[in-house]
Amino acid sequence: MSHAKVTREGLQDARPGREAKPGTPTQRRRTGRRAEQPMVPPAEFASYYGKPVLNTPVWRSPDIPGYLFLGGLAGGSSLLAAGAQLTGRPALARASKTAALGAACLGLAGLLHDLGRPARFANMLRVFKVTSPMSVGSWILSGYVPAAGAAAACALIGRLPRTGAAATAAAAVLAPGLASYTAALITDTAVPAWHEGYREMPFVFTGSAAMASGGLGLLAAPLDESQPARNLAVFGVGIEAAAFERMTRRMGMAAEPYRSGRADAYIRAGQALSVLGVAGALLGRAGGRRGRVISALTGASLLAASAATRWGIFHAGLASAADPKYTVVPQRDRLRSRAAGSPPP
Amino acid sequence: MTILGSASGPARRSYDPASESGYPAPPPRMGFFTDTSVCIGCKACEVACKEWNHVPEDGLALTGMSYDNSVGLSADTWRRVAFIEQRKPVADGQDQFRWLMASDVCKHCTHAACLDVCPTGALFRTEFGTVVVQEDVCNGCGYCVPACPYGVIDRRQDDGRAWKCTLCYDRLGDGMEPACAKACPTESIQFGPLDELRERAAARVTQLHASGVADARLYGEDPDDGVGGDGAFFLLLDEPEVYGLPPDPVVTTRDLSAMWRQVGAAAVTLAAGAAAAFAATLLGRRT
Repeated sequence: MSHAKVTREGLQDARPGREAKPGTPTQRRRTGRRAEQPMVPPAEFASYYGKPVLNTPVWRSPDIPGYLFLGGLAGGSSLLAAGAQLTGRPALARASKTAALGAACLGLAGLLHDLGRPARFANMLRVFKVTSPMSVGSWILSGYVPAAGAAAACALIGRLPRTGAAATAAAAVLAPGLASYTAALITDTAVPAWHEGYREMPFVFTGSAAMASGGLGLLAAPLDESQPARNLAVFGVGIEAAAFERMTRRMGMAAEPYRSGRADAYIRAGQALSVLGVAGALLGRAGGRRGRVISALTGASLLAASAATRWGIFHAGLASAADPKYTVVPQRDRLRSRAAGSPPP
Repeated sequence: MTILGSASGPARRSYDPASESGYPAPPPRMGFFTDTSVCIGCKACEVACKEWNHVPEDGLALTGMSYDNSVGLSADTWRRVAFIEQRKPVADGQDQFRWLMASDVCKHCTHAACLDVCPTGALFRTEFGTVVVQEDVCNGCGYCVPACPYGVIDRRQDDGRAWKCTLCYDRLGDGMEPACAKACPTESIQFGPLDELRERAAARVTQLHASGVADARLYGEDPDDGVGGDGAFFLLLDEPEVYGLPPDPVVTTRDLSAMWRQVGAAAVTLAAGAAAAFAATLLGRRT
């Protein structure tokens, strides 16, 4: 209730509303059983009705996890293609170049499909921003796709060998960037399960890229040319497994989403398939028809393993954004340890 | 992030986002100070914002979350009141019911992650130091959505573009205050030059503490926090997470140089691995 007087000179003794004292007991108090129960459920951390703090990423499956996988496959394949060309393995080179172009185009289609305004895709090239991994990636892609396209076209039609070699080299130069920048893309967000893994995620991704492209080489190239693909795949499985293990150990609570729900199913499937892939890669050295079949199965399983891991990482991110626990608890812990470390005011 | 009475802090860096963005002589940085201790939950701010900015209707469901049916900030909710029902010892130490209300809005961060990650340049820093989306440039890539540590910006479903509070950039250009502040009947939402708002907020916290409201604290006011301080900051009566706000938000691009270093190392590893995969076959042939 206001005690202000309205005079000709205006309000006298006005108390602006913002000077009110909150929490002052009101006269009509309700206590005991008739009191309303608080709506916020009891929990070990406080939240607003259990609602997420972050807005859930609008990126969809299969577009974005598919692109993470295909970008890796394309990048790794371009490296294999360049190596195969240099060391005189034409069939492996042709298969890898074709795969690189196919994967890049399919991935690009996924990216376009995921845009809210696909017709405005070219706006990506208005600016170059190093603070935006998506901007950096758009520029990498816009250089990579023509190079991979020219390399594949020359290999398939069997003409213009010098142009083909130059394009193969250009694609191979951009390839490691293409295969790894996507790690910065997802870790440069506030999503706990992605951001907290920013140190190891690039290695998980390049390992996964090596695994996928090696797998594709095993699947598509003849046995007498596929040894480098086999080596690359085994290398990739090792890097990915080690980096993923290290990442989830270091992340603390933010690693939980990788061990539950849909993400867990994908991650486990990826691990099982890569174990199968490594076993197949070691067994598949045998020649002949049997070796060919084992190689193809090995390649397919490695490709599937790489894809499963990407889908797992994608879904872990979504799950961590949807649960306020992963945002609030680590931040609260950080504040607490900072308060403990610094002298009291 | 929490500073109780700003006078005790170290000397403040005067980082001005507008001049850092290249404006030669920008006007003072403008912002909001939302004093939730006087919010009455009338939602006039929500309505004024929707009307002025032509923000479309986004569902009329009843949530059962006290009086909050907007749930959170989104592409179609730029100002919105949170309602929290609590049983808690209050001013005189008695255990009783209290009802917190707080009008939430885009924080217009000093270091804005949404702006940093935007690949088209659709998000930009205005001369007032605020962060605004250009709707004729945004291509709906959605990167700003997971980048925001507060869960503010979002993509509009049928439209495909990202939307959020503009701090009424159009009104500011004409010397008017934002619609929500204009409509607020209790001056819970205060608009003005950020320096002035910070002084006012510090005085208000001191006043509340003196009158026994020990819970009062400022949120987003500290220029040394993880986002360099918010252009829109708050006076809260409980922990930020109770209001659905992150307790210690950090702009994700703070770690960006480390991210790029790791990406570079991983890229080199991949190239080296590919080279080794071929080299190993040569070794195998020789033996």
